[in-house]
Amino acid sequence: MAALGVTHLVKRFAGGVVGVDDVTLTVGEGAFTALVGPSGCGKTTILRLVAGLEEPTSGEVRIGGRDVTWLPPRDRDVAMVFQNYALYPHLTVRDNIAFPLRVRRTAPAEIVRRVRQAAELLEIDALFERKPAQLSGGQRQRVALARAIVREPALFLFDEPLSNLDAQVRAQTRAELVALHRRLGATMLYVTHDQVEAMTMAQTVAVMASGRVLQEGAPMSLYRDPASLAVAKFIGSPSINTVAGRSTGARFEGALSCVLHAAEASGAVLAVRPEHLVLGAAADASPATVTLVEPLGPESLVRMRLASGEELVARCAGEAPWHIGDHVRVGVAEGRGLCYRASDGSRLL
Amino acid sequence: MPKARGRRVAGYGAALLLALVMVAPFLWMLSTALMDEFEVYQAPPPLLPASPRFANFTEALTALPFAVYFRNSLILAAATVVGQVATAAMAGYAFARHRFAGRTPLFAVYLGTLMIPGIALLVPRFLIVDAMGLVDTIAGLVSVELVAAWGIFLVRQYFLSLPRDMEDAARLDGASEWQVFWRVALPLARPALATVALFAFIDAWKALLWPLIIARSPDLRVVEAGVASFHGMYYANWPWQMAAAVAALVPVLLVFFVAQKAFLRGLAFGGFK
Repeated sequence: MAALGVTHLVKRFAGGVVGVDDVTLTVGEGAFTALVGPSGCGKTTILRLVAGLEEPTSGEVRIGGRDVTWLPPRDRDVAMVFQNYALYPHLTVRDNIAFPLRVRRTAPAEIVRRVRQAAELLEIDALFERKPAQLSGGQRQRVALARAIVREPALFLFDEPLSNLDAQVRAQTRAELVALHRRLGATMLYVTHDQVEAMTMAQTVAVMASGRVLQEGAPMSLYRDPASLAVAKFIGSPSINTVAGRSTGARFEGALSCVLHAAEASGAVLAVRPEHLVLGAAADASPATVTLVEPLGPESLVRMRLASGEELVARCAGEAPWHIGDHVRVGVAEGRGLCYRASDGSRLL
Repeated sequence: MPKARGRRVAGYGAALLLALVMVAPFLWMLSTALMDEFEVYQAPPPLLPASPRFANFTEALTALPFAVYFRNSLILAAATVVGQVATAAMAGYAFARHRFAGRTPLFAVYLGTLMIPGIALLVPRFLIVDAMGLVDTIAGLVSVELVAAWGIFLVRQYFLSLPRDMEDAARLDGASEWQVFWRVALPLARPALATVALFAFIDAWKALLWPLIIARSPDLRVVEAGVASFHGMYYANWPWQMAAAVAALVPVLLVFFVAQKAFLRGLAFGGFK
C-alpha cells in the first residue's frame, strides 16, 4: 500500500483542449477517494495520468513518495479496473487472472497459489475454465477485480467500474467493493459520474468540473457545506433547490425569503436541500402550487412551482398529504439556507 | 401467408440460380477433367463424359514433374503467407496504435501503392531482382509479395475498430510493449490475420506471370505454370489441363476450410462486448 500524491497536474490535449487543469490531490495510504463529476470533467484523464497511460503536460505524480510521473505503466505498481472490464477475450478466467503474474515471470507455483487466493476472495473459482464471453456482467466485474488484486499493487484505480451493471448487481457490488477495501487495506482512487456511488463508498470525495477539483472532503461535509453552487448542485439527489434574489446581509430576499447571515450581494442565489424546505404556514413562507407528488415509500417528493415560476422539490417523511394542484406555502428551515454569488457561484459567507 | 411463401420461393430460386452460375465453371472443369481427349471437341460439347476417365489425373500429373511444381507453389505460398501476415500484423498495429513522426503521410504512401497495377511493376521488379542476382532462385520467386499494403490497411482498420482498453490493461498488468502486441493485440486480431493469410495464400497459389518470368529453369516452375503448359500454340490437351487444374484447386480448398474455422472464431470474438 502506498499514498498517492498528485501535484499541479496539467494535461493539455492536441488542439488545445485542457483535460486536467492544475489539479492537486492526495490519497492517503489505505484511503478510498472518489473523483466525481459530470462526463468530460477530466476525472478519467487524471486516472490515466496516474496510471501512466497518458503523459502530463506538467505536474507531478508520486506513488508511495516515489516520483513516477515519467515511468511507464508497468513500473508504477498500479492496478486498474476498467469501465468495460477489459478482460482478454482469448484467455480463460484463470489465465486472465494469472496474466499480470505471468508477464512478470512469477514462479508457476506462486501463480497457482495467488490466482486461487484471489478467485476465492471474489468467489469466482468455479468459473476458472470459462472465457469472458461466457460470463455475466457481474462475473466479468469480479474477474477484473481478481486480476487487479492478484498482483497486490500499491494503488488501485477504478474507472466507473459499476456503470455497466444493472441496478441490483450495482448496489451489491458497491457494498462488496467497500468490504474489499476494508479487507485489503488498499489505497484506492475511484472515478465515477454517479454521486451516489461516490458518497456511499468513498471516505473522501473530490468533485470535479472543467478539469479542476472544485472541492474535496468527507461525503457529508460536501453535502452539508458545499463551497460553490456547482458542488451544491452536483451532490445530492434530487438536486438542491435554487432561487435567485439578493442578500441584504441579514436576509435573503427573492421568490423565497428567509433569515440568512451572509455577505451583502445584489445578485445572489439561495440554495436549499429538498429536506430543508418546510411546507405549511411559516413566517417567511411563499405561495406555491403542487405540480407532482412522488411517493417513495419511507418518504415523498413534492414538486411545486412558485408564483414567480421557479420549480422546487421538497422531501417529506412518509406519505405527503398534498395532491397535484394544491396551493401550499413553502419556506426554508431555520439556518438551512445556503447563499452563493450569482455571478460566479462562490459561497457568500 | 401464400404471398410471403411465394416471395420466399422466388428468393431461394434466385439464390439457387446465382449459385449455379458460380459453380457451373467448376463443374464443367470437373466434367472436362474426366473426358476423353477427343470427346471435348464434339459439337455440341457433352455435359458429362460418356465414361469417366480417371486416368487423366495420373497421366497429366506425371506428364510434367508436378510434384516439383507443387513443392515450389507451396514454398511460394507459405513464404507469402508468413511474410504478409507478419508485416501486416506489425505495420497495421503500428499504424493504428503508435504515434510516430510521419505516420499519416507514410500510411498514405502505402495506400498509394495499391493504385499501381501489378503489371506495371513487373519490369521494375524484374530489374531489381536481377540486379540482386536473384533471377531463377527461390528467393527471387518469393521476394516480391512478402509485404501487402492492403493487408496492412485491413489489419490497421481492424485494430482501429477494437477498444484500446485491453492493451492498456496489459500495460498496467506489467506487459512490455512487445508483450502487449504479442499476447494481447495479436490474438485479438486473429480474424483479420486469417483473412490476410487466406488471400495471401490464394494470390500466391494462382500467381503465374511473375513465376513464369523469374523462374527460367523447369525445376523452379509453379503449379499454375504447369497447368498452363498443357496449352500449346497449336495443340491443347483440355482434359489433362482440367485434371491438373482440379488437382491444383485441392490445396486452396483445404486452406479455405481451415481459415473458415478461424473466421467463425472471429465472429465469436465479435460477439464479446
